[in-house]
Amino acid sequence: MDILVIVADASRAAFGPVAAIYALAAIGLNMHFGYTGLLNFGQVGFMLVGAYGAAVAVATFHAPLWAGVVIGVLLAIVLALLLGIPTLRLRADYLAITTIAAGEILRYVYRSDFASPVTGGVYGLTRFADPLYTINPIPAGQYGAGRLTYSSQALWIMVISWSLVALACVLMFLIIRSPWGRVIRSVREDEDAARSLGKNVFGYKMQSLVFGGVLGAVGGMLLAFYSQAVQPDAYNPVVTFYLYTLLILGGAGRILGPVVGSVIFWFILVFADSFLRQAIDTGFIPAGIIGPTEVGAVRFALVGAGLMLLTIYRPQGILGDRREMMLGDR
Amino acid sequence: MTAEPVPQAFRLADVAPAPGVAKPDPILVAEDVTKSFGGLCAVQVGRLEVQRGAITALIGPNGAGKTTLFNLLTGFDRPDSGRWSFDGRPLAGLPAYRVARAGMVRTFQLTKSLTLLTVLENLKLASMQQPGERFFASLVRPLWRAPEEDIERRADEMLARFSLDRLRDDFAGTLSGGQRKLLELARALMAQPTMIMLDEPMAGVNPALTQSLLGHITKLRDEGMTILFVEHDMDVVMGISDWVVCMAQGRLIAEGQPASIGSDRAVIDAYLGAHHGRRAGGWA
Repeated sequence: MDILVIVADASRAAFGPVAAIYALAAIGLNMHFGYTGLLNFGQVGFMLVGAYGAAVAVATFHAPLWAGVVIGVLLAIVLALLLGIPTLRLRADYLAITTIAAGEILRYVYRSDFASPVTGGVYGLTRFADPLYTINPIPAGQYGAGRLTYSSQALWIMVISWSLVALACVLMFLIIRSPWGRVIRSVREDEDAARSLGKNVFGYKMQSLVFGGVLGAVGGMLLAFYSQAVQPDAYNPVVTFYLYTLLILGGAGRILGPVVGSVIFWFILVFADSFLRQAIDTGFIPAGIIGPTEVGAVRFALVGAGLMLLTIYRPQGILGDRREMMLGDR
Repeated sequence: MTAEPVPQAFRLADVAPAPGVAKPDPILVAEDVTKSFGGLCAVQVGRLEVQRGAITALIGPNGAGKTTLFNLLTGFDRPDSGRWSFDGRPLAGLPAYRVARAGMVRTFQLTKSLTLLTVLENLKLASMQQPGERFFASLVRPLWRAPEEDIERRADEMLARFSLDRLRDDFAGTLSGGQRKLLELARALMAQPTMIMLDEPMAGVNPALTQSLLGHITKLRDEGMTILFVEHDMDVVMGISDWVVCMAQGRLIAEGQPASIGSDRAVIDAYLGAHHGRRAGGWA
């Protein structure tokens, strides 16, 4: 067993492009759930329309990449309006049901046979982000120290996605501390009180849904650009639950909660994975107990157990304030 | 406690004590407002006028439809039929937030303090003159800093007036029940309404704080505010109201001066049952 390898693997994931992308999508979810109190269980749907919006525009219709990005963002806005208009006037649970269903409907439509001339069906689309890599200013090669290295492509996506995470955090900071953010938080606390003070609660929820949804779409797009592929089954509901997991881990309703949560989530997940694999290889864990093929499942079981401990002993998350949490429950 | 007589109260002295009676200067006029839940007719009000600048109490036994009427008039619930106007503007069918923007602001029977906002933020939220509440404007601080300072100054005055100033930066969720009632009243006033509708403002408030709340309410009336409030405590009703409206089973059954309403036959029947013997001296 080489602990350095395990830590290097875990760190690579914790600061890598995927962690940044998940952080970005989770910042959108934080807008919905952490600040507005909207139970959006379909954030992956926003990621999907963003990713496919760009991929289809470029790969199927030969549009330039920037146009694909614009289309992905516009599609996220349309999705937010379609979801919000019928459900935001209803109680919170209805939005949860609708969004989880909408995410699945989207996935099945995009993977269906009739859509495959446009979306590539179950195989999806590939190699649509070439223009992004041709402008990569980082020369080819491996960068980093020791075992913690990234390829120039990964590094390029990291630069873009962590910059966008920083930008999103600044935007969130400005907007949440503004009078707009005050109204949004009042909607989370009590919609009727906000209404009684002349606030158009429906309008505010819609703005929140659109803003957070666009952040999710940008995250989905970056994920597609990073892997140079979109494939419908990568956008299954589990992704939304990872986003919730890391949001609650970091602290919902905290500006940096999703960022801290994403880094720690990916660190722990890959740490568990790497540790188990090494433990099996070296015979530390006898092959009869966990085989190499079961590692993928077992690491999630470990993460699940860790989350249970977290919700029992630190329900407010890493950056949260327990006192506030208790007040919220009263 | 007896308030100084004010002109509006004098003008009500000549009004005949009859349900639905016209007032000399009504700010709120409601006609044929009905609402039923399933087979139960919750509200069936033929006509109700509320005098401008006066304190009107809405009383009635439990289930009389007082809170439902409040919800209908303020847009929190939709009536089956009816129309009403506020300050000459028809309000029927408007959503709750537009009713509030028209100048008719309500509070709730169970206080709705915004738990994870500070006391100061609760008050600042109520202002309706903050351009920074728009999404894009909120990103540009210079657009809303000046109005924000204005609002904060007004909020601090309001906190001082209601003796909440030492709780200014505490979360509203840490306040006691009585303090929350005060906060809710202060917050409603921050919205600069022309009329406030208070749903059981004294419920769950200790006697000392009740006196303080009563003082605030009469003072508001003396400053020209119109107040309509639901209350169960008859001492409170008799003490501060200029006019009393009594509901039972969804209908208006009596109106009149506080001194005379207690001896109204319909009111006694509604509270005590039609077979109960008439009691000397009205309210015990």
